Amino acid sequence: MAKYTARRLLYSVIILFFVMFIIYTLMYNMPSGYVETKARELASRPGATKSYAEWLADLNAQYGMDKGVVQGYLVWLSNAVRGNWGDSWAWTIPVTEEFHNTVWFSFILGLVSFIFEIIIAIPLGITAAKNQYGFTDYFTTVVSMICISMPTFFVATVLKYVFSVKLGWFDLSGMQGRDYMYLSDFGKFLDVAKHFVLPSITIIIISIGGLMRYTRTNMLEVLNADYIRTARAKGVPEKKVINYHAFRNTLIPLVTTLGGSLPGLFSGALITETLFSIRGIGYASYTSMTQADIPFIMFYLAFISILTLLGNLISDLLYAAVDPRVRLS
Amino acid sequence: MAENKGNSSYISGKESRRITKFNRQVTRKLEKERANANKDPNLYTTKMKDENNVVEFDNVCTYFFSDVGTVKAVDGVNFNIPKHATVGVVGESGCGKSVTSLSLMQLLQRPSGQTVGGEIRFNQGDGTALNIVNTPNSIMEKLRGNKISMIFQEPMTSLNPVFRIGEQIDEVTELHNPEMSKEEVKARTLEMLELVGIANKEGVYSMYPHELSGGMRQRICIAIALACSPTLIIADEPTTALDVTIQAQILDLLQNLKDKLNSSIMLITHDLGVVAGMADYVVVMYAGRVIEKGTAADIFHNPCHPYTIGLMKSKPVVGKKVDALYNIPGSVPNPVNMPNYCYFRDRCEMQCEHCSGKYPPEIRISDTHVVSCYRHLGEGETLGYPKSVNVEELL
Repeated sequence: MAKYTARRLLYSVIILFFVMFIIYTLMYNMPSGYVETKARELASRPGATKSYAEWLADLNAQYGMDKGVVQGYLVWLSNAVRGNWGDSWAWTIPVTEEFHNTVWFSFILGLVSFIFEIIIAIPLGITAAKNQYGFTDYFTTVVSMICISMPTFFVATVLKYVFSVKLGWFDLSGMQGRDYMYLSDFGKFLDVAKHFVLPSITIIIISIGGLMRYTRTNMLEVLNADYIRTARAKGVPEKKVINYHAFRNTLIPLVTTLGGSLPGLFSGALITETLFSIRGIGYASYTSMTQADIPFIMFYLAFISILTLLGNLISDLLYAAVDPRVRLS
Repeated sequence: MAENKGNSSYISGKESRRITKFNRQVTRKLEKERANANKDPNLYTTKMKDENNVVEFDNVCTYFFSDVGTVKAVDGVNFNIPKHATVGVVGESGCGKSVTSLSLMQLLQRPSGQTVGGEIRFNQGDGTALNIVNTPNSIMEKLRGNKISMIFQEPMTSLNPVFRIGEQIDEVTELHNPEMSKEEVKARTLEMLELVGIANKEGVYSMYPHELSGGMRQRICIAIALACSPTLIIADEPTTALDVTIQAQILDLLQNLKDKLNSSIMLITHDLGVVAGMADYVVVMYAGRVIEKGTAADIFHNPCHPYTIGLMKSKPVVGKKVDALYNIPGSVPNPVNMPNYCYFRDRCEMQCEHCSGKYPPEIRISDTHVVSCYRHLGEGETLGYPKSVNVEELL
């Protein structure tokens, strides 16, 4: 197991090297990058002393964009390995600081939604499978299809209309209330939590359907298996058949999918964050992307790539943990 | 049978909707009745007709309410399983052998599969009997694995892949003997493993099913089935998935254990050789009905129903040279739409003048030998006709 993990980690490093190179090349070749925009802006200022071409050459040298793709990448890489991720061009603060400022909002939003998604979707999927073709089954199927089909902005808008405009329970958007500054620490926490309710519900609604369908399909497959009939023939009570014998087998595919969703917790929910004006990582990375902020984008994508590779490794390890037929070697 | 309707598996949309609606109503009603049976023990306690039987099937009708119509998988089956005897149930695929045994265990795929008529009486040993058809699930759970246990035909998939062997055998002992301590349960499991002929019992105890071969797994299934010393073991084609040498071992094992535990066996198979070697009594089924039953000697030396005669002719015999084995012409009628004359008539080579009439009654041609064929009408006492349930009246 340890040997397997070590080898997988080694592979991950190699994969990461090439992934980051591809991303760097794409960012480098983006038309109208940050440097071009900046040079044009400086050259068109009243009383500009240098022409656009001169500014461009100057800025390229300053930002380290004059060395070509391969060398530029290697410079970035050698800095990154030493923990020096550079300053964000768009936010004009160190990349890690901007990341630190935004990621936790996204993480909490993602984690809360993730937990609720599991708590709601898995039991519902199992209930639906238990009553196949019954009312509960059709009901959950219809609900999950609706959940899958509705776009985020629509759900968010409906929620805002009902709970903010009509009922007035929550603020329309933002992360803090009007009198945030006057609240105690605990009050501040509650205030932020309250502003996270609608975004969380939005994410839960749009993500619940898929997991529910997935659980239902897997549970149905397991319930029709021969060993479930054996369990019943042993005289095992129906509840235990479902919750122990069948669930333990349904867990195998579920765990692998859930293990793979680790990066999702950190990558942020771009649309939801934008709609509710939450300064999360999704929103920040999007803004950086549009401004061709290479240091921030490189950092963000490196982070997500590492998490994706880790997520894959974790789901493989979990697979071996829940399924005795899988042995890693 | 839909003689002139052309393709009988085709149904119109209107017909399909009618069937679905009907199925929903019937199954809902039957499920409700079953739920209500819980309250009154009188509804499911009865008396055996003969105390020497473990199980009596009395005109059992198990139907499947499918999307193409009601499939009468088992339709008026009568036979008994005497104490300490092996009863072989033979017949071709789809003739209702397994459904009969699943009805006895109440393991049918509900709600579409329902036992709609007749009685399955299970001897409790204290003068009373349970009518399995109406017995609520809570009582059935105490019976299954404890008094009646079942060995399935697919050892490769019959064990739960994520639990250890020991755990799976322990479970059945624990369930039915809650007073036993953990050590006692484990000791019992190891004893069972030894009983079914597993040499490395301590090792196998902590193995997973995928680490064992098919024959080993079938032994484990047998150990699970026998852990509580049941009065009846249902072996549903226990050797079909195994190779011939292992088959012989498994059958020997079953026979020995049966004698040791004083149980009865209901052996379901389509292998006549297995039946000849194992069974005391033989029941021949065809298209959901028993067509002939008797002792093994009756069936093998004096087969009376044309179908049984055909079966006997179609098996290879050592030392006899034939160019081609006999095969019974034609095929089984469509189970959705059974004719109301002898189901075997269209394939029968020995028809007589009565055969155009309704389904033949059971005729007792000797003390032990009963056959449903008009050729033997008058040779013995006529016992009665198998009674179908009219599903329209269930509503």
